[in-house]
Amino acid sequence: MLLIFVLQLKMMKSFLLTSIGKKVAMAISAIFLMIFLLQHFIINITSVFSEDIFNMLSHFMGTNFLVQFILQPILIFGVIFHFVMGFYLEIQNRRATKYEYEKVRGGANSTWMSRNMIWSGLVILSFLILHFRDFWIPEMNYKYVEFLPDDPNRYHHELVEKFQDPYKVVFYCISFVLLSLHLLHGFSSSLKSMGTNKSYSSSVKNLSYAYSIGIPLGFCFIAIFHYLTH
Amino acid sequence: MKLTLKIWRQKNFETKGRIVNYKIDNISPDMSFLEMLDVLNADLISKDEDPVSFDHDCREGICGSCSLFINGQAHGPDRRITTCQLHMRKFKDGDTIYIEPFRAKAFPVIKDLVVDRSAFDRIQQSGGYISVNTSGNTQDANSIPINKDNADDAFDAATCIGCGACVATCKNSSAMLFVGAKVSQYSLLPQGQTEASRRVINMVNQMDLEGFGNCSNTGACEVECPKGISLDNIARMNRELMKASIKK
Repeated sequence: MLLIFVLQLKMMKSFLLTSIGKKVAMAISAIFLMIFLLQHFIINITSVFSEDIFNMLSHFMGTNFLVQFILQPILIFGVIFHFVMGFYLEIQNRRATKYEYEKVRGGANSTWMSRNMIWSGLVILSFLILHFRDFWIPEMNYKYVEFLPDDPNRYHHELVEKFQDPYKVVFYCISFVLLSLHLLHGFSSSLKSMGTNKSYSSSVKNLSYAYSIGIPLGFCFIAIFHYLTH
Repeated sequence: MKLTLKIWRQKNFETKGRIVNYKIDNISPDMSFLEMLDVLNADLISKDEDPVSFDHDCREGICGSCSLFINGQAHGPDRRITTCQLHMRKFKDGDTIYIEPFRAKAFPVIKDLVVDRSAFDRIQQSGGYISVNTSGNTQDANSIPINKDNADDAFDAATCIGCGACVATCKNSSAMLFVGAKVSQYSLLPQGQTEASRRVINMVNQMDLEGFGNCSNTGACEVECPKGISLDNIARMNRELMKASIKK
């Protein structure tokens, strides 16, 4: 059994070292992050309809052992892996191109989103840094540094408070537009990298549009809603 | 037609190239693009100047020899054609046309517009074939029943002429459409399935060794491919490599 496991690890390593292996690894991390984003959205949208439900779900996520100590580290690893791999592949691709054309008509054969994933990714990265500073770091500080008493009703109030600065709301919305552009290519690209059969291509396209526009639009709505109503 | 040509001139692999301007007159809209370059070269030779080197052979869109990046697009401003099938009627009188070699680290410039595409040959040699004894004993291919969809997809993939437009147009200089087509054309047919695992592993490894970039699914290669090779071939290659890595 152990021998089979070691052999499988070796095969996995040789696969992941190929250009396709790296592409698949990038796609897996992207799909994982998209599932997380959907889950994050479902919880956040409840803040618009019910303070109690939002507080209950946030309290569960913030205190559950599995979420806090198993899923959260996996998520952080996934985020870091996706960004580091993205930069690594970008550097590798720039080395492979080496020479620039005098004239290029990129728009004639591909979308702006597909050609500029690194730039939309960089905006999302700066947004994530702000997001971590706004929510994640204070949360870690509350629970694991200052060891403040458990308050299951604080989450909605904290969320609303964060969206009282109009500049922050504008930056959040701009970031979500860029996220939408990133996803418009990234969603279908990750599934293609995983080898999706062509018979699913129209369903993938429709799902990609629904997810890539719907989720960022929903996040923008939450930020604007709390800014205007409180 | 009167045209201004901005052509990449480079003496050899070691020297640095540059864009040189040429004025050309009396070009018929019915000429092919390569015939227009022939006219330019005849003019340059008559002035005792070095003619522009460019690749060409069949001049009917089959061999994949002609390359050229014309006005920012591989094989010029038209769909599903090679440069030899591009006609001057696609341009207007007085136009300025940029003519550059296909660019990629794996396609070094030999001279002017001629690039070394032997990286494709080495990928092909690493596994793009089936090991069959053809010394008079081959059976009729039609004797093996093959699913029509697979036969059609294999045929479509096999129309790849290996011109390199996919690499030239890809912002990452990726060769995955070419390799995907070669892997697909065999893996879809029973004759090619016996060696499918070894083939995909060897061809992908060789592709990586040659220094091509990674595919980011922009789809530019599919659009610029003169034979309309589909991105589905890349997805199939990914599946084949995953399968082969598990089986190995």
